[in-house]
Amino acid sequence: MNALPPSSGCASELALKERPSERAPVLRERGQREVFCGLTGIIWLHRKMQDAFFLVVGSRTCAHLLQSAAGVMIFAEPRFATAIMEERDLAGMVDAQEELDRVVGKLLQRRPDINTLFLVGSCPSEVIKLDLAKAAERLGAKHAGDVRILNYSGSGIETTFTQGEDACLASLVPEMPAGDSDGAKELLIVGSLPDIVEDQFLRLFKQLGIERVGMLPARNACDLPAVGPQTRYLLAQPFLSDTAMALENRGAQRLDALFPFGAEGTTAWLRAAATEFGIDEMHFNSVVAGPRKRAKRAIEHSREMLGGKRISFLPDSQLEVPLARFLTQELGMEPVEIGTPYLHRTHLARELELLPETARLSEGQHVDKQLDRVREDRPDLTVCGLGLANPLEAEGFATKWAIELVFSPIHGFEQAGDLAELFARPLRRRDVLRV
Amino acid sequence: MQLSVWTYEGPPHVGAMRVATAMEGMHYLLHAPQGDTYADLLFTMIERRGKRPPVTYTTFEARDLGKDTAQLFQDAARDAAERFQPQAMMVGASCTAELIQDDPAGLSEAMDLPCPVIPLELPSYQRKENWGAAESFYQIVRVLADRNIERAPREGRRPLVNILGPTALGFRHRDDLVEIRKILDELGVDVHLVAPLGASPQDITHIGAADFNIVLYPEIGDEAARWLEREFKQPAIRTVPIGVSATRTFIEEVAELAEVDPTSALGDNSSRMPWWSRSVDSNYLTGKRVFIFGDATHAVAAARIAHEELGFEVCGLGCYNREFARDVRAAAREYGVEPLITDDHMEVEDAIIAAQPEMVLGTQMERHIAKRLGMPCAVISAPVHVQDFPARHSPQMGFEGANVIFDTWVHPLVMGLEEHLLTMFRDDFEFSDENGPSHHAAHAPKMSQARAPTIDADVPEEPVVPADSGSIWTAEAERELKKIPFFVRGKARRNTETFASDHGRAEIDLDTLYDAKAHYAR
Ligand code: SF4
Ligand code: SF4
Repeated sequence: MNALPPSSGCASELALKERPSERAPVLRERGQREVFCGLTGIIWLHRKMQDAFFLVVGSRTCAHLLQSAAGVMIFAEPRFATAIMEERDLAGMVDAQEELDRVVGKLLQRRPDINTLFLVGSCPSEVIKLDLAKAAERLGAKHAGDVRILNYSGSGIETTFTQGEDACLASLVPEMPAGDSDGAKELLIVGSLPDIVEDQFLRLFKQLGIERVGMLPARNACDLPAVGPQTRYLLAQPFLSDTAMALENRGAQRLDALFPFGAEGTTAWLRAAATEFGIDEMHFNSVVAGPRKRAKRAIEHSREMLGGKRISFLPDSQLEVPLARFLTQELGMEPVEIGTPYLHRTHLARELELLPETARLSEGQHVDKQLDRVREDRPDLTVCGLGLANPLEAEGFATKWAIELVFSPIHGFEQAGDLAELFARPLRRRDVLRV
Repeated sequence: MQLSVWTYEGPPHVGAMRVATAMEGMHYLLHAPQGDTYADLLFTMIERRGKRPPVTYTTFEARDLGKDTAQLFQDAARDAAERFQPQAMMVGASCTAELIQDDPAGLSEAMDLPCPVIPLELPSYQRKENWGAAESFYQIVRVLADRNIERAPREGRRPLVNILGPTALGFRHRDDLVEIRKILDELGVDVHLVAPLGASPQDITHIGAADFNIVLYPEIGDEAARWLEREFKQPAIRTVPIGVSATRTFIEEVAELAEVDPTSALGDNSSRMPWWSRSVDSNYLTGKRVFIFGDATHAVAAARIAHEELGFEVCGLGCYNREFARDVRAAAREYGVEPLITDDHMEVEDAIIAAQPEMVLGTQMERHIAKRLGMPCAVISAPVHVQDFPARHSPQMGFEGANVIFDTWVHPLVMGLEEHLLTMFRDDFEFSDENGPSHHAAHAPKMSQARAPTIDADVPEEPVVPADSGSIWTAEAERELKKIPFFVRGKARRNTETFASDHGRAEIDLDTLYDAKAHYAR
């Protein structure tokens, strides 16, 4: 096959971006969804916020999900656990709120190092209407001074996979101190990033001359940055709609930008901040030029493998749209179907403009129909969840596990090459194997 | 509420999934929210299945609650029946759907689906995975078995047997089955049906035609076997052929029920384990103290092998599945230990620390505990891990299973000759403690392993017992202690300290050290 995209490929599509009306309507489906629930976010959130503990109030299923999704036997000192509800809790033989007090008391006694405790709601706790907000308030008063107790829902009836992080961060927003509303503008980066990526970004902002930069979440949940009308925030992740809303309610303003994936995405993302903070264009270019060039070089390596290849995304993390844009724009791939559990039009507006109109966008899921489409489309690479990857491989499709995209550092200039490599590796492997 | 970081067993509907996934032509409709679809990855990733489990989840959402979850269920049932055309369909609820009380059984009955339906009631807030598998299998058999089946007279045909219990995601079920078939073949007994693994609903209808049943995994197969005993008067063999002597007993029992001659099956000359155990190199295995924990069947079998076939001393025995605790209690009595029945891995860890075994035989969880404590270990039981699905044949049952067990248990212990060499050359720099025996690097606690934030992190911890509570040790005694090979040094230190405190000695000098050694000498 020719390494160049077909004639209707990205180059000509990009020219048409001004006319979004030509895009086929988004396919909206209702059926079986094959995605994790929001509890899964605990796996990366607990590593990010090093003084926080996540207590799921749920069932054996919730506990089993957490241990299976992470593939974890056990971390030496896990900072998450499940309070498994039992028959007694449901049959009203014991008062669930009192039971919760008992479990939390026991936990805090064992873990005096905890500064923030999240009570995380699950489907069962929501269905029986166990009021975790009330519990958090009561327990917070009881343990005031030692631990802050917050709550959010990670339940599968309310949240899909990464929406758990959204709910968690949104629960932190009311806790953020009010900044000086007449003071100088401050930048806030929103979305949990691996420490190494966070540090890279902070260095870049510093070099740009933006001094006041906060992170949500902070590495220590007790060091929350301030928020107010002086706040300008950049989303580092595309799945943070509730958090964004909560920040807006406190006066913060969103800087519209591409998401920081690849050389182009990262440049655009940084530029949005630079422009807002009045950084001189020449200075911006001089700071960004080096790492940007490095990113381009690192990507080049995978371009040969990925250019002209067709890719489909099954809905998973909401990272699908920005990643499809990166792969199209910077690696010359051709997105066939871009499935996402939820399409946030405003946050993704710029990303969507850069997608070729031939790409089929789908929101929600009917997994069986979607797999039928994969079989019909025969993409060169399919991005999907762990439950679907091996079955698709067995049918002859190359796959990339979506969850790796959530667990690995993929943002920013220095990770652009790794991100491209994540997609190239399954294809390279197929070329290498002779068994 | 029970505070839990990790569980040995999943919820009961995962047990039902293991049954459905094992079968051909079966479909399972599970009323459950989207997050519960994680269970698919157990099969596709851990077991590397190349097919999706035959499970449809209704994935209802909050906005469906109170209005049309029942409709959602019925639509999903119709779709699944049409798309997958199963021979039969299991229907049930996960923990959340159990609370909304849509009654999957009633709903599907009202629908007049084109295939038989097996309604499952699996109380998620009381029961767990194994129970769920057993109950599901029993219901399948009860609903599908043709009760009018006539067993053909025994004359002029080979005896027929059903093998009950193997499922998807089972600990070595795939390979055990190969060994059992080999034995039955040698005995001249025909396998009528293996179920659930590989059986179709159609096959299950004929289950009554066999002469008797073999309950390979009682945790899963026994409930169905008891019903078959009553309904079809099929006797059941319950000896689980793990270990050489159990395999022999199993062969004799099968031969008796089948009325065949066991001689050739008993004479299987691929059984190397007895000689491996008797050969002089194995002398050093004598009296090794082992702590055993797993599901009841595998734990009891391991204890018997450890005690009778390897000459170990059982210093702890337990299981996580209460339903079968009775067997473990009985065995524990036999070996003079306190049975440990718990599903709290922290309790197991405490028990291991207290027992100070020289080796741990357990689940993947005990493997991690042992690794942290710097103890050798081998895995004997579910819950499964990707490592429990090796590419090679690796059974636990039959004579070959016993061979495999010999290797996997003995390998982690320092090899006999190697142990002598280490003692002889302990001062030689090449045998310096930091090196440790080569095959053992994975849990030599001194190896500072990368603390990379890997998934399935075998995060090494500092040894639980402080390595240096040295204050009461005299310098001389401390030096002497260093001369003791490192793999027994920790134990020597603990024993000496216990001895010192029991005997009110304020200081540990050379005498105390050797008094303690004499005290603990076997
Ligand atoms: S979907 Fe609901 S019940 Fe299932 S694991 Fe997630 S929170 Fe728990
Ligand atoms: S090194 Fe040997 S004993 Fe230790 S975990 Fe690996 S296999 Fe088991």
